[in-house]
Order: sequence, then structure tokens, then C-alpha cells
Amino acid sequence: MRVRINFSAAKQTKWHQYALRFAFGGVVTALTGLVAKIFGPEIGGLFLAFPAIFPASATLIEKHERKKKERAGLAGIKRGRTAAGIDAAGAAVGTIGLAIFGLLVWKLLPFCPTPILLVTTTAAWLATSVLAWYAWRKL
Amino acid sequence: MEALLEILARFLIGGVVISLFALSGDILKPKTFAGLFSAAPSVALATLALTIVSKGKSYAAVEAHYMIIGAVAFFVYALCVSRLLIQHHLSTLAVSLGSLLVWFGVAFGIWSIVR
Repeated sequence: MRVRINFSAAKQTKWHQYALRFAFGGVVTALTGLVAKIFGPEIGGLFLAFPAIFPASATLIEKHERKKKERAGLAGIKRGRTAAGIDAAGAAVGTIGLAIFGLLVWKLLPFCPTPILLVTTTAAWLATSVLAWYAWRKL
Repeated sequence: MEALLEILARFLIGGVVISLFALSGDILKPKTFAGLFSAAPSVALATLALTIVSKGKSYAAVEAHYMIIGAVAFFVYALCVSRLLIQHHLSTLAVSLGSLLVWFGVAFGIWSIVR
């Protein structure tokens, strides 16, 4: 299966949904900082991999897919929920990259300048996630 | 005042970074590939640089160490959500919010064992 970029899909999301994501993302990031401040870096660290905006994104996927099916005159609820479930399966594969990101930051942080570290570990996250996705597709 | 500015900086940077990763997920096909971006290290990227500046590298390294446990919990959470939605077609909002209890259970369960 080929990976494609569909820029027109971005138009399906309304401006208030983007604003909601921004606000939600901002609040979660600020709260993560507060959690670390109150409970220390161990608990704060757990929340660096908290599925913060996942419920909002999954609900949006369901809504878009349902509307698409309903425009075609079909019942879309089941299809919408399946689409959100498929996205969640991809997220499960992506957590392998997330764990590798954490591992590399943990191990490299003492020796590496911060900008280089963040660029390198982000690239490692993307590469690991994509490789894991291809391996999963082949299974 | 300094603490308030840090919270504001985290809010703005977090909002931008998380929105960009979410947008990347929107425009990518197929859905399983787009799902990779739902597990992007967006919160970590938004906060780590600020944490390094304000608390130092050793503090941020501890956070990154325990982030691995959070990622394991995210894996179990995403599997639960996926199964419940694909096989049982339950409400997406209810499943994705309710399953956060799974994340908390796994993350704090492993944390209590390894700390």
C-alpha cells in the first residue's frame, strides 16, 4: 500500500477545530510541566507519552468519515468508528518510535547539544515508526 | 512572574507543535500510516527544550527515561481503543476517553515496579 499526501483533507477540518486542537495541545503541554513541578521528573516523564489529543483526533476522524459516507447515502456510524480504530492501530505501531525517542533522549542528552539532540531523535522517531509500519504491513 | 511566563511558553509551543503533528496526520493516507502521527513525541518536543533550559539536562534525562514507560502504556491504550472500535463499533469518544484509565493503570503500574 502506497503512502500518499492529500492536502485537500486539511480543508475538512474547520477553523474552530484547529483552534480547539491548539488550545487542547497547549493546555496539555502546560499541565505536563505542572505535573513535573509538583510530582517530580519521574511522573512528569510518564506524561510526555500521554495520549493527550488522541480522543479529540479520533472523534474528528469518526465525524469526517461518517459525513463522507452519509453524503454518499450510506450509514456512516460503523464506518466512522472503524476508521478511528484503524488510526488507533497505526498509533499503536507508532508508540515503538515514541519509546525509541525517549530512549535516545535519555541516553544521548548528557553528551549532545540540545538542538542537535532534538533533530536527531525526531528523525529517529520518524524512521523507526515508518519502518515498524512497513514491517507490520508485511505481517 | 517567571513561572507564569514558563506556563505561557509551554502553552504556546505545545499548541503549535501538537497542531502541526495533528495536521500531518490529517493529510496522510492510508489511515494506519496517519495513525503514526497520533503517537508522535509532540508533548515531549514541546517541553524538553524548555525543561533543559529551566531545570538542566539531568532532570530532562530522568523525564525521558520515564517517558519510555508512558510509551508502553500508550501502546496498550491504542491497542484497546483499536480493538473496541474495529470489533465492537462502540462510541469513539467514550472508548478513547474511557481507555485513558488503561493508560493510567499501565503507566503507574510499571512505574511502581521499576522506581
